[in-house]
Amino acid sequence: MAVGIAVAALVAVAARGSAGPPTLQERVHDIAEGLRCPVCQNLSVADSPSRLAQQMRADIALRLRQGQTGQQIDAFFTAKYGRWILLSPAAGGIGLFAWFAPVLAVAAGAGLAWTIVRRKRRLAVAGVDGVDEMDDVAPVDDADSPKLTDSERREIQREIDRLDTDE
Amino acid sequence: MASVIGTFALFLALAVAAYGAVASFVGARSRNALMVESARTTAWSLTALVLIANVTMLVAILANDFSLRYVAENSSRETPTFFKVLALWSADQGSLLLWNLVLSGYLLAVAIRFRRRRPETFPWALGVMYVVSAFYLLLVTVATHPFGTLARAPRDGRGPLPLLQNHPLMAAHPPMLYLGFIGMTVPFAFGMAALFTGRLSDQWIRITRRWTMFAWVCLTAGLFLGSLWSYSVLGWGGYWAWDPVENIALLPWLASTAFLHSVMVQERRGMLKVWNLSLIVATFGLTVFGTFLTRGSILSSVHSFAQSAVGPMYLAFLLIVLCAGFGLIAARSKQLAGESHIDRLVSREGVFLGNNILLAALTFTVLIGTVFPLLNEALTGTKVSVGGPYFDRTAAPVMLLLLFLMGIGPLLPWRVGSARYLLQRLKWPVWAGALTIAGMVVTGVRHWAAVAAFGLAAFVGVATIVEMARGVRAQRRAFGGGVARSAFGAVSRNRRLYGGLVAHLGLVIVIVAITWSSTYASQKEVTLARGASTSFAGYELKYTGAAVRPEPQRTVFVATLQIIKDGRTVGVLIPSLNFYPSSQDPIGTPSISKGTPFNGFHDLYASLQTLAKKGTSATFRMFSNPGVMWLWVGGAVIVLGGIIALWPVRRRPPGAVPDVATTASEEPDRVEAEVTA
Amino acid sequence: MTDAQPEPRQESQPVPQRWTDRRWRVVVISLVPVLLLAALLGFGLGRNPRATPQAQLIGKPAPDFALKDMHTGKTVHLSDFRGHPVVLNFWASWCVDCSVEHPNLVGAWQRFGNEGTVFLSVLYQDTPAGAAGFCSKGVVCEWPDLYDPGGRTALNYGVTGVPETVFITPDGRIAAKQISVASYPLIERRIHQMAGERA
Repeated sequence: MAVGIAVAALVAVAARGSAGPPTLQERVHDIAEGLRCPVCQNLSVADSPSRLAQQMRADIALRLRQGQTGQQIDAFFTAKYGRWILLSPAAGGIGLFAWFAPVLAVAAGAGLAWTIVRRKRRLAVAGVDGVDEMDDVAPVDDADSPKLTDSERREIQREIDRLDTDE
Repeated sequence: MASVIGTFALFLALAVAAYGAVASFVGARSRNALMVESARTTAWSLTALVLIANVTMLVAILANDFSLRYVAENSSRETPTFFKVLALWSADQGSLLLWNLVLSGYLLAVAIRFRRRRPETFPWALGVMYVVSAFYLLLVTVATHPFGTLARAPRDGRGPLPLLQNHPLMAAHPPMLYLGFIGMTVPFAFGMAALFTGRLSDQWIRITRRWTMFAWVCLTAGLFLGSLWSYSVLGWGGYWAWDPVENIALLPWLASTAFLHSVMVQERRGMLKVWNLSLIVATFGLTVFGTFLTRGSILSSVHSFAQSAVGPMYLAFLLIVLCAGFGLIAARSKQLAGESHIDRLVSREGVFLGNNILLAALTFTVLIGTVFPLLNEALTGTKVSVGGPYFDRTAAPVMLLLLFLMGIGPLLPWRVGSARYLLQRLKWPVWAGALTIAGMVVTGVRHWAAVAAFGLAAFVGVATIVEMARGVRAQRRAFGGGVARSAFGAVSRNRRLYGGLVAHLGLVIVIVAITWSSTYASQKEVTLARGASTSFAGYELKYTGAAVRPEPQRTVFVATLQIIKDGRTVGVLIPSLNFYPSSQDPIGTPSISKGTPFNGFHDLYASLQTLAKKGTSATFRMFSNPGVMWLWVGGAVIVLGGIIALWPVRRRPPGAVPDVATTASEEPDRVEAEVTA
Repeated sequence: MTDAQPEPRQESQPVPQRWTDRRWRVVVISLVPVLLLAALLGFGLGRNPRATPQAQLIGKPAPDFALKDMHTGKTVHLSDFRGHPVVLNFWASWCVDCSVEHPNLVGAWQRFGNEGTVFLSVLYQDTPAGAAGFCSKGVVCEWPDLYDPGGRTALNYGVTGVPETVFITPDGRIAAKQISVASYPLIERRIHQMAGERA
C-alpha cells in the first residue's frame, strides 16, 4: 500500500517532468557546470570566481542567445581548450570504462559473493562444514512450527532478536 | 642553530626507528622478550626526537628565524601568532613534520597500551609501525629537507599562502585528517602482524577495534571540517568540488567504513577474513596513495603542494605496502577460510555483505574517477578531466542503494531473517517514506532525484529511530525508570549498536542536507553601484558601500550588503577582498548569513568579486543555499555516534573480566570480547 | 577461501611454509592489479599535471577578429594581414612576466617588422587605462595594441593566462603557441619556420 503510493508519486513526477523551461541563467549554469575552469584547480566554470570563468559564462550566455545548443558550445570550448575542458569522460572508448565502473564493481562483487555463498551453502548442506547451524534458531516463517500462534511466534522472534542485537 | 638541531633530531629519529623495527622483528622471531621490550621503550625516544624537531621548527617560526627556508617561505613578521603556529603545517615540508609527530604519537600510544599485556602479534605490529615511521622519517631527512637553510637570511618572510591564513579552521582540519589517516596504521600493523604470525582469528580485529574507530572518527571529523573550510573560505558557494585531494580523503573513509561493518561479520560469524585483511591493507594503502597524489605532484588539485622529489619514494613505499599486504593475504588464503557460511541473504550479515559490496564499488568508482585522467593519458595520450558531473552521476545511485541497506540492516537479526518479518518491522518506515514522497509530489516538487532521496531518507531515518525507541522501550520494561534513564541505560549496555544507529541518523541528515542544498541552491552574479539593490532569493540586497581595513599582514576591502525583507533590514553580509603582499590576486572572504528555522534554513552567501572605482560599484556573487547547515549538523551527529561506539565501557571490578589483550591464547573469549566491544 | 575443510584452530599449528606452485600463482595473480596501478602512477610521475593541452589549436585556421587598436582607434582585422606571418601576443599591464617578455618582442619587431612580419598585441583582462600606463613609461609600444572587451578573442585562441604568444602563418593557420615568456631566440626561430613554410 505505502509502497504503491510512493511508486505512484514517483511515476507522476517522472511523467510530468520538470516545471517550465529553464531560464537563460539556468541554462548557462548547466553548461558551465560541465566545463572545467582552465585556470583553476578542479573547479567548474559555474563555480569558479575567476575572471576567465566569468568571461566564459558571459560567452556561453551570448552563444545561447545566438541560438547555439549546449553541444555546440561544448564543441567550441573543446576545439579551443582540448577534451580536457570537459569535466566528464567521453561516452565512448575508454571513457565507457569510467562510466560503467560502479556497475562493473557491483556486478563483480555481487557475483563473487554469490558464488562463494552458494558453494559454502552447498558444502554445508552436504555436511562437509561439520557444523549444522540451521537447527538452533528458527526463522519466523518456519513452516515446521505450526503449533505456535502468530503472536507467540513474534514473541519468540523478538526474544531471539533481542539476544542477537543486544550482543 | 635551529637547522642543526632539527636535522640532527630527524636523522637520530630515523636511526631510532630503524633500530626499533629491527629489534621488534628480531625479538619477535627469536621470542626474545628483552629485545621486544627494548623496541617497545624505544618508542619514547622516537617520539621525543620527532617532538624536538617539531618544536624546533615552531620556535624558529615564532622567532622569525628567516635563515630557515621553510620559515622564510611560509611565515613573515606580520603574520599573526595564531597563523604562525599553523604555518607549521601549511606547506609540504612542515606538514610532513607534523605527520611524523602524529605517527610516532600513535606508535607510543600502542607501546604504552600494550606495556603489560602483550598479544603475540604485538611485537610484529610494533615492527610494522616502526617501518612505516622510518619511511616517513626517510622522506623528511632525505627528500624534503624541512630544515634547509638560506645562504643569506632575508629581512622578512613571504608569509603563508593567503588561502591558508584566511580562516581559523585551518587549525583543526589538517590535524584531524592526519589523526584519521595515520590512525589507520594501527589496525594495518596488527593485521599485518596477524598475517606474519598466522594468528588469523579475529583477535587482531578485537585488539584494534577502538583504534580503528578512533581513526575513523577523526577522519570523519576531518572531512566535515574540510568541507566547512571550503564553504567558508573558497567563496564559490559550495562545500565539495570532487577535487582529487577531497577524493583521496574520501577514499580511505569509504574503505574504513566498509571495514568497520565487515569486521562485525567476522567477529560474529568468523567469515570474511580475507576480505577484512584486504580492506585494512586497502585503507592504509589509500592513505599512502593519497599523500602520494598530493605531494608527489601527480594530479593537479587545489592542495597540490610544491613540486618535490618525494614522488618516487612514495611510489616505492606504496608498492611495498600493497605487495606485502595482498601478497601475504594471498599466500595465507588457505588458512583464511571462513568458519561458517551465510545461511540467508536476508540477515544482518547478508546486509553487511551488500553494504560492503556497495562501499567497495563506491571506493572503486571514486578511485577510477580520480586516476582516470592519468589512465586516459597513458592509453590514448590525450589529457582529460573528470569532475563533478561524473562523480555526481556515478556515486549518487550507489549512495542511495547504500542508504536503503542502512535502513534495513539494523532491523535484521544475525543469521536468519525473513522477508515477512522484515516487512512487518518496516511498516512505519515505509509509510514515512511513502508519505514524504507523496507529500512532496502534492506540493509540486518536480526533481525526481530529490523526491527519491528525501523519501529514502525519511524511510531510513524512521527505521533508525524506531529501532532506537525499541531498545529504550525494552530497557524500560526490563529495568523500569524514566525514558532518559532507560535511553542512557540502553546506550551504555550496547554502545556499539547505538553508536552505529546514531551515526546512521547523522548520515541521513547529511544526505538530506546534500540533496536539499544541491537541488534548491540558486546563485546570481551582479554588479551594483553604491546604494543600488537587487532582489535575490526573496530578499532585497542593497550595496551600501565599501571600506578599507588595513591589517598588519594584509589589506582588507570590505563591502557591505544589507539584507532587506519586506522593507526591513534583517541582516548584513560583509564579503571582503584581502590583498596580501605575497600574492598578486586578492583572496576573497565570503560572508554567510546562516539559515534559521524561520527562513527555511536558507544560508545567504555572498562573495565579493571586484571593487571598481574606489567602491562606487562592486560585483558580487550571491548564493542561496538552503539546508546546507544541516550538513555539518549531520557530520557532528556521525562523529557523536562514533564517539558513543568508541567510549570505553566502564570496567567491572578487577578480576571480574579479563582484559582483551590477555586473550592472546588460542580461544577468543566471546563473552568477554563482546563486553569490551 | 578455496578450501572447504573447516580450519580447526589454525593458530595452534605452526604455519606451513611450503611454497607450492599453486600458492605462488595465487600470490602473483593477486599482485597484478597492484603492479598495474603502480605502472600507471609511475607514468604520472613523469608529467606536469598543470600543463594545459595546446595540440588542438596547432594547424587550425586562426580565428578572425575585429578589434579596436587602442593607439589609433581603428578597427583591426586579422584577415587584413593574410599573406604575412603574424605574431599575436596576449598580455596585460598587471602581468609581471609580460614586462619581462616585452623587450624580446620589441627586439623581434625591430628585426622582422620591416620584413613583412606583423606584430599584434591583445590586451587580456585589463583596461585601456592600464595599457596606457604601461606604455607611458618610455616603453616601446609601436605595433597595434588591441582591446578585447569580454575576452572573447582570448577564448577563441584558448588563452588561459598571460603572456601567451600565437604564431600565425601567412595563409592564416596557427603554427605554434607559446605559453609564458617567449624568448627572443624562440620568436626568431618561429618566424623563420613560418617563412620557411611559405617558401
